[in-house]
Amino acid sequence: MTRAFYWLFPHPFLTLLLVAVWLLLQGTLSPGMAVFGLILGILIPWSTSVWWPGTPRGFRVGRMAVYIVIVLWDIMVANVQVAWIVLTKPNASLRPAWVVVPLDLRKPEAITVLAGTVTLTPGTVSADLSDEGHSLLVHALHTDDPDAIRDDIKHRYERRLLEIFT
Amino acid sequence: MIWEIVALYAIAFCLIVGAAFSLIGSIGLLKFNDAMTRLHAPTKVGTVGIGGLLLASMIHAQMFSDGAWHDLLIMAFLFVTAPISANFIAKVNIHKGSCTAPPPPPEDDTWSTLDVAEEDRALAPTPKG
Repeated sequence: MTRAFYWLFPHPFLTLLLVAVWLLLQGTLSPGMAVFGLILGILIPWSTSVWWPGTPRGFRVGRMAVYIVIVLWDIMVANVQVAWIVLTKPNASLRPAWVVVPLDLRKPEAITVLAGTVTLTPGTVSADLSDEGHSLLVHALHTDDPDAIRDDIKHRYERRLLEIFT
Repeated sequence: MIWEIVALYAIAFCLIVGAAFSLIGSIGLLKFNDAMTRLHAPTKVGTVGIGGLLLASMIHAQMFSDGAWHDLLIMAFLFVTAPISANFIAKVNIHKGSCTAPPPPPEDDTWSTLDVAEEDRALAPTPKG
């Protein structure tokens, strides 16, 4: 039974996502459209399976929802901070800095989410990954203490991602 | 009736917040004088700027129009693609040396952007710190 399930849906989350996106694109919730979305949700993962090498297992949806709420809140708060820096700080007193974040995360998906989070939260841009993926290079717009930003990223985001992608 | 008035005020609020943050993002893009700091203003403030405008459009569609959810998709795609384009611009900046050189990583050899094959070194010189 489970083998048949994974044969039909090699990536169950991708299938769900495709059906949801299809229904949102159509703007209607008719059964016909849901069935057509499901057909797309089966065909697209099957035809692109070459580029999806492994199925990521061990993903906690509930904790991810909490994480998204935290990140959205941080985006709001930090946006106001960056807007304040843009409007009030003269260029001469701006102190941009490189911050190197050593990573405990090993899964590529988790590192991608962390890098995206760092970029979306204002004041920091994730610029690069080291060649073997053990540290993340982050550029901070204005900081007096680069170590505080590193610890903040590690404690606030990476610790939660370690629990989400088990 | 009362909900329509609430929705109207919510739309106006979202429009003002979105427009204000878009303006601040553009000001930051003009004002900063270094390629990396200039990257910060539009990528960040832009997400809330466009997010606010889309939220206004979404409330309007739900309350006064056909109730389409397309704006939700625009927001989702924007939040997924914005970090990637910012990452690409940052990589180009590191490559061209148009910013201060980043410190070397503590564990590995070098940053993947600077990890250039020996025979291509002449095309992509490592920036000096």
